[in-house]
Amino acid sequence: MLTNLSISAAANGLRRGDFTAVELIDAHLSAIETLNPKLNAYITVTAEEARAAAVQADQTLSAGDAPILTGIPLGIKDLFCTKGVKTTAASRILDNFVPPYESTVTSKLLESGAVFLGKTNLDEFAMGSANLTSHAGPVENPWHRTNDSAALVPGGSSGGSAAAVAAGIAMGATGTDTGGSIRQPAAYCGIVGLKPTYGRCSRWGTIAFASSLDQAGPMTRTVEDAAIMLGAMAGFDPKDSTCSDQAVPDFRAATKRSLKGLRVGIPAEYRAEGMSAEIQAVWQQGIDWLRDAGCEIVDVSLPHTKYGLATYYIIAPAECSSNLARYDGVRFGERVAGKSLDEMYENTRHDGFGEEVRRRILMGTYVLSAGYYDAYYLKAQKIRTLIRRDFTNAFENVDVLLTPTAPTAAFGQNEKPSDPVQMYLNDIFTVPASMAGVPAMSVPVSLDSQGLPLGLQLIGRHFDEETVIAAGAALEKAAAFTARPNLRAGAVA
Amino acid sequence: MSLDLATTRRIAKLARIGLNDQELEAAQAELGGILGWIEILNEVDVEGVPPMVGTDMASLRQREDVVTDGDRAADILSNAPDRVGPFFTVPKVVE
Repeated sequence: MLTNLSISAAANGLRRGDFTAVELIDAHLSAIETLNPKLNAYITVTAEEARAAAVQADQTLSAGDAPILTGIPLGIKDLFCTKGVKTTAASRILDNFVPPYESTVTSKLLESGAVFLGKTNLDEFAMGSANLTSHAGPVENPWHRTNDSAALVPGGSSGGSAAAVAAGIAMGATGTDTGGSIRQPAAYCGIVGLKPTYGRCSRWGTIAFASSLDQAGPMTRTVEDAAIMLGAMAGFDPKDSTCSDQAVPDFRAATKRSLKGLRVGIPAEYRAEGMSAEIQAVWQQGIDWLRDAGCEIVDVSLPHTKYGLATYYIIAPAECSSNLARYDGVRFGERVAGKSLDEMYENTRHDGFGEEVRRRILMGTYVLSAGYYDAYYLKAQKIRTLIRRDFTNAFENVDVLLTPTAPTAAFGQNEKPSDPVQMYLNDIFTVPASMAGVPAMSVPVSLDSQGLPLGLQLIGRHFDEETVIAAGAALEKAAAFTARPNLRAGAVA
Repeated sequence: MSLDLATTRRIAKLARIGLNDQELEAAQAELGGILGWIEILNEVDVEGVPPMVGTDMASLRQREDVVTDGDRAADILSNAPDRVGPFFTVPKVVE
């Protein structure tokens, strides 16, 4: 079935002539028609454009020498500006925004031949861990607990992308990760999610949340697919001053590397109090798998781990309050009228932003305001230095770190904690790597006792995605995780 | 550190977020809770530690001081919520 294929298998099939790009895209569009009303994974479906692109892809393929992603159906998180296609950030304030330009990452994917199926749902402005803050409504996780039809969250913020890939209504999708927004939903939905090194992919044309943390990355069903997609997304861009000019290596080749002698660090501080026995067991299983693959397991310490989340919730809101100042109802986005200019600003921003976005803007405004800047923001920046130092020190002794991705499996849409801080704790294992800017990937490895997927996280040195991918491929092989959710293309439960 | 209502009101004004009284009280409680949780950072000794500004992963580059883009007035105005000719409009500021 075409909707079950990996990107690498589909690329081969298209070149062998087993099926056409038109057939591949049609299979996905028809699965979207069936499943999206339930999952709400896509905010906008661009069926007509996708069909036209598929016809073009078949021509390119028959001419020979087609780029790697030619004809491959992808979902694009609705945070990437796409020329002529509505881009909302899942916010009311951008409900009618049609960018007149294309983001660098999506431009690169188009140059590699990818076909976009549509724009995937997310937490509003990528702020959330459960995809419950979207103005377009929540996304349902395609996985259910065994014998229980309750709707679960897909994680967030890239929840629509994760759900689409898991359900087979996209072969891969773009995500963005600020504190875990690629890795945590990947874990909740049983797929692979890779956050590259900060600076590996251009941020130009991606709607900003926290500029020193935001990074785009691939979400796929296999590690090799993530490597293929990252190769197409990464690379220098003069339009983003924080984008690195480091050469883009052959990430796909890294999936075949031997792990003999690789040193894998197990950070003691991630054994947080209250970690469930199930998560501990999965972690231990991962350690055993990597040891069996020839790795040396080394205990390491990242002493500032416990301060990561609190530091993040100063820095990310500070940058968010600054970035979101641009939404004032004047140049783009929705305007809500007011008698004076100030009243127009206030009405626009009050009605245009949802509750969580308003909360973070307020928090950020507070920590940057006169009298509090040094006590909060400057202090957080100093602790961020210490967090990054922890990683740099650890990587003097080991090549990669292995941790759980999230403290729990997916939870119910109606089990949302009322305390924002409890919600923030979902990102406890993913935030430190974001703060340090190092690459990290979640790989699905097993199901918990309720039948829900669990993921393990690999964290690497700056610009060493290759080692992360190599270790990820080994985990994937050992885990042989082939389970698929009940809600998926061709098998709607 | 707890947050008083006057400070919450001032922050909301600075952010131009337009909260009503009920929302202000809710924000005061929520932000107070988050700030209480953040107090854990007081344990950390940051004496002599430089702040991490950005991520230092790319050094700033220089380029020729030439025009690389422009003449896109129609694109720039295409999403304007309200406009008159080639101008964005706002409510009257000067009587």
